[in-house]
Amino acid sequence: MGRDKVRKKGILRHWFQAAFFAVTNGYAVGFLQGKIYQGSTKALCVPGLNCYSCPGALGSCPIGALQAVLDSRSFTVSAYVMGFLMGFGALFGRLICGWMCPFGLVQDLLYKIPFVKKIKNLPGHRYLKHLRYVILALFVVILPSVVVDIVGMGKPWFCEYICPSGTLFGGIPLVAANPELQSATGGLFVWKVSLLVVTGVLSVISYRPFCKYVCPLGAIYGWFNPVALYRYTVDAGKCTQCGACQKVCRMDIKVWEKPNSVDCIRCGDCKNVCPEGAIVSTWEKRKEKSRKRGR
Amino acid sequence: MKKIVNFLNKQTWKGVALLGLSILLMIVGVVREEPATVLQKAVHICMECIGIG
Ligand code: SF4
Ligand code: SF4
Repeated sequence: MGRDKVRKKGILRHWFQAAFFAVTNGYAVGFLQGKIYQGSTKALCVPGLNCYSCPGALGSCPIGALQAVLDSRSFTVSAYVMGFLMGFGALFGRLICGWMCPFGLVQDLLYKIPFVKKIKNLPGHRYLKHLRYVILALFVVILPSVVVDIVGMGKPWFCEYICPSGTLFGGIPLVAANPELQSATGGLFVWKVSLLVVTGVLSVISYRPFCKYVCPLGAIYGWFNPVALYRYTVDAGKCTQCGACQKVCRMDIKVWEKPNSVDCIRCGDCKNVCPEGAIVSTWEKRKEKSRKRGR
Repeated sequence: MKKIVNFLNKQTWKGVALLGLSILLMIVGVVREEPATVLQKAVHICMECIGIG
């Protein structure tokens, strides 16, 4: 029964992810003509890791925007982008990862491809899961701010050397549709496509390796999980610590101990599988309260 | 049960405070004209992002 609910709600979540992608990347002609949207909505950040060089993108990726401000000549900090990150984080935490990020959806779909032996975590998980903080500090903040040319301009190190989301949603469609860009590709493009392929293959074997180990945006939103307006609580009176939640959780979280773990992407599988109904979100709790008041 | 409700309230309060702070930060950013830098970068194809450099 619980497993069936997990499956059905999972399908619903994927439809939501796809619809969110379609709405925030609605500039369809960009894909056909190999160009990007140039309207003023691009001054606003979208919540997920959604490259602003994706031909359909109507808004900006917060990690790209943060680097753009930090590596510019005029600024050393970005109050504006930090405001977006804090606002999204305070409202949703990593609900964004589970429901609103295009690269999260891609990894979810890849994980559905059958493989001889799926593994929950990659070898070295205990250490690897700290890598995202190093990447955030080094490639998103320090290198773009510190390594500058003679006119004081830096470059977006995370975008340039790491981000597979930019390669998939920006690089490949633009290069495919634009002969001028094709002739400009070289070693860096090969490096980035190779990283994308490795990420894709690992995503078939293990659940969301990029989110678990690499993504700086997920690292930031994770800090907000315990205080975001969307959170989980476990009713200690109902929970029998049977472990069903951790078993179903592909991020491998002991939900009864840490319902607001920095790793939780709010997919909801644990809530749906719990036989006691002990895990609830703050939103459901509020709904329940107002229903009781209405009675 | 009461413990859970108390926890919720305290954490919710923190979330609301952070939300308020985020709006303040965005206003500061707008006053410093940061959105123009974001827009300028986002409306041109980002060669680094797409792997051309
Ligand atoms: S961890 Fe990063 S890539 Fe994964 S869903 Fe969250 S924002 Fe997207
Ligand atoms: S703890 Fe629950 S909601 Fe969070 S990732 Fe695991 S199964 Fe999904």
